[in-house]
Amino acid sequence: MISLEGLTTLLQTWLQNTLGEPWAFAAESVIVGIAAITLFAFLGLALVYMERKVAALMQIRLGPNRVGPKGIFQTSADTLKLVMKEGLTPDGADKFLFNLAPFMVMIAAMLVLAPIAFARNFQIWDLSIGVLYVAAVSSVAVIGILMAGWSSNNKYSLLGAMRSAAQIVSYELSAGLSILAIVILTGSLRISDIINSQADGWWIIKGHLPVLIAFIVFLIAVTAETNRAPFDLAEAESELTAGFHTEYSGMKFALFFLAEYINIFIGCAINATLFFGGWMPFHIGGWDSFNHVMDFIPSSIWFFGKTMFLIFLIMWFRWTFPRLRVDQLLNLEWKYLLPISMVNLLLVTFMAIMGWHL
Amino acid sequence: MLEELGTNDQGDMIINIGPQHPSTHGVLHLVITLNGETVKKVEPHLGYIHRSIEKMCESLSYRQFIYVTSRMDYLSSHINNHGCALCVEKGLQIEIPARAQVIRVLMDELTRLASHLLWWGALAMDLGAFTPFFYSFREREMINELMEDTCGARLTMNYIVPGGVMMDLHPDFQRKVKEFLRLFKSKIHEYDDLVTGNIIFQNRTKGVGYISREDAISYGCTGPTGRGSGLSCDIRKLYPYEIYDQLQFDEVIETDGDSWARYKVRVGEMMQSMRIIEQLIDNIPEGEFQAKTKAVLKLPKGDFYTRVETARGELGVYIVSEGGSTPYRIKFRSPGFSNLSALDHMSRGGKIGDLMATMGTLDLVIPDIDR
Amino acid sequence: MFIKEYFKTIYLTVSSLLKGMKTTGYYFTHQKEIITEQYPEVRPVLAERFKGEVIMPHNEANEHSCTGCQACEIACPNGTIKIVTKNEINAEGKKKKAIDTFVYHLELCTMCNLCVVACPSDAIIMANNYEHSVFDRREFTKVLNNPGSKIMEGIE
Repeated sequence: MISLEGLTTLLQTWLQNTLGEPWAFAAESVIVGIAAITLFAFLGLALVYMERKVAALMQIRLGPNRVGPKGIFQTSADTLKLVMKEGLTPDGADKFLFNLAPFMVMIAAMLVLAPIAFARNFQIWDLSIGVLYVAAVSSVAVIGILMAGWSSNNKYSLLGAMRSAAQIVSYELSAGLSILAIVILTGSLRISDIINSQADGWWIIKGHLPVLIAFIVFLIAVTAETNRAPFDLAEAESELTAGFHTEYSGMKFALFFLAEYINIFIGCAINATLFFGGWMPFHIGGWDSFNHVMDFIPSSIWFFGKTMFLIFLIMWFRWTFPRLRVDQLLNLEWKYLLPISMVNLLLVTFMAIMGWHL
Repeated sequence: MLEELGTNDQGDMIINIGPQHPSTHGVLHLVITLNGETVKKVEPHLGYIHRSIEKMCESLSYRQFIYVTSRMDYLSSHINNHGCALCVEKGLQIEIPARAQVIRVLMDELTRLASHLLWWGALAMDLGAFTPFFYSFREREMINELMEDTCGARLTMNYIVPGGVMMDLHPDFQRKVKEFLRLFKSKIHEYDDLVTGNIIFQNRTKGVGYISREDAISYGCTGPTGRGSGLSCDIRKLYPYEIYDQLQFDEVIETDGDSWARYKVRVGEMMQSMRIIEQLIDNIPEGEFQAKTKAVLKLPKGDFYTRVETARGELGVYIVSEGGSTPYRIKFRSPGFSNLSALDHMSRGGKIGDLMATMGTLDLVIPDIDR
Repeated sequence: MFIKEYFKTIYLTVSSLLKGMKTTGYYFTHQKEIITEQYPEVRPVLAERFKGEVIMPHNEANEHSCTGCQACEIACPNGTIKIVTKNEINAEGKKKKAIDTFVYHLELCTMCNLCVVACPSDAIIMANNYEHSVFDRREFTKVLNNPGSKIMEGIE
């Protein structure tokens, strides 16, 4: 059977045989880079289209339906338009920071891709501190947003950036604590270990109530960290017109837009990896024949299916709820999510010591 | 850097919201002084959509000037027309046929319902929820189609003329209104689930934009804004016109004075409007829909003042006549202007998000404020 | 007590949010509720009274019923209608006032229906046409009476 794992092994053997060790590594890096950028571009287009369709159906509309069959080329046409547009830099802006900011946001989003396992043994870099790396790098994006807000020389942007900074810094905490819950249960920070520990059942199922709470907290935190409604205070259309990217146009705006969707994808991919077993098929401990049947579905389909489901959940939130006010947003984190996830961590530790999860 | 950002001597940030801003619903220009996220002062600037409607009316005859008033508060254009027609009829002292009175009240209440539906969707949109807007527009569209059937237009109908209404009701009108009421009632639970019962929405509106009863009186707040502060100011109850004194309906009054109270007043008014429509729809008397009037209307010398309850509050129409065929002077007392003047008082000390919630519950229509 | 309130708040929050999601979820799964009108392909059914523009109906013999009394011109608040009259000599050799051109400025018209109400001989009516965009604004100035048209017999 053709699998992504087989393809990579084949490619690596061929490269090493023809080029030799150092050059093969360089060629692989180039291939990985190109593949990552292609994946990003494709994900951006697909997720924007998905969001528009989901929004339309929830709002009893048809959504894009003119460009291509069912409007599937609408997002490509929009991107083409954005590429053709002039990228304005406002007079009085800090030009260096202003132009750097979208790339900062984009690079931060791309870096988090490294430890994510897309399929069985299909991972760019299975580093030993996988989830810690994800938690650390994903918060770098806030620097890009602050840069954009400050350098735009626009009061709406500044307010949006400040809101975003307060929001991301706060919600990092409960996201981190939820990740810790799984780390305690697994005993490893390595992504592949976390996935393999779920071979006899996903954590969401065998982890009982504490893991469910951790999952919900993590879902909320991911929604907040990616500046999605109901936590989209950094953009807050009706308050700050477009928040931190008010002054951006053309391709620079598109980079912010793309980074938002990439961040959602990565957040949901991590969520799926931690709580739903990543590429791990649906297994029930002891039912070997059932598990064997589940293994026939390719692991990449499992991974993308779970991730897309979580993305859909986040889109569902966006098109249902009103936006929170800035002080309510911080109240929610500091008064509810953080205490709950702390107590929850204690519960998880207790559960891990007693071995109830096995 | 801070000096470049436009600050005052106390280091507060001054921001222009509008005239082109997603939440000002038109060309309202607010200059707000901010201390961090906290609003210290709100200063509305008007004049971006001033069309001098009052002056225009002075050169139009008593039949002609009514259509212009549809363009003031375009969401309650029927009620504007109604106020003007009432004032002209007061001067002419003509009796309106019973059928015309019932049709006018029916149309007024349908307009009020449509206006409140639009407000409901727009308020949710101001607070960041986009989907309710489409649901409320689905229902509003049905009212618009009713209007189109009978009046021939959807927004600026010009249906009410001095002496009655311009055309008779469409034969399908009663059936369609009943169908609308049935459908609307089956959808109300969605409104509760999506917005009214939503905890985020409640937190965003409760205790926000407070105005006391005394302040509401001194600012001249009328309509749902005044009634949200416990001020009894429904013209339909206080100074009944047409057949409102014979109808069974309640004046919805809340005493909290915050955005949530104003929200509940408007939602309650939608129910009361439906109650009025239900009472009238099967009891439209037969007869003439228009009283016989002269070809050229001439008001006797003197001053005439009438008031009606629009979807936003009290609309006063003041006509000074010199006895000619055109008014000597016309003045409209529009509800939006007085309600807007209280915005500064309401939103001081709140956050920017609160300002949007307050503005949303005031239900400002800018052409009504500017005229 | 405080703890109880705390968890009650959480419960109420979650249940109210789930209720909202149920509503949007219902519409997501029930696509027959979609109300989008696909305009250029599917034409809207307009009400018969819809006020789109003023027209002057002519019968098969190219006759209209406008007497040129200018009641509509006086009734119009915007100066939309301009009637140019001429004197015709009828069969009996008597002079009679008739219209030469009935000029209608669509760009000034607000569709208030006052001219149609004012017309004593029902010569003008409101048509349903709503697609008015043109490339040259001179095309908005229309002459409503057909070339060579005459007034119907028996209308004074």
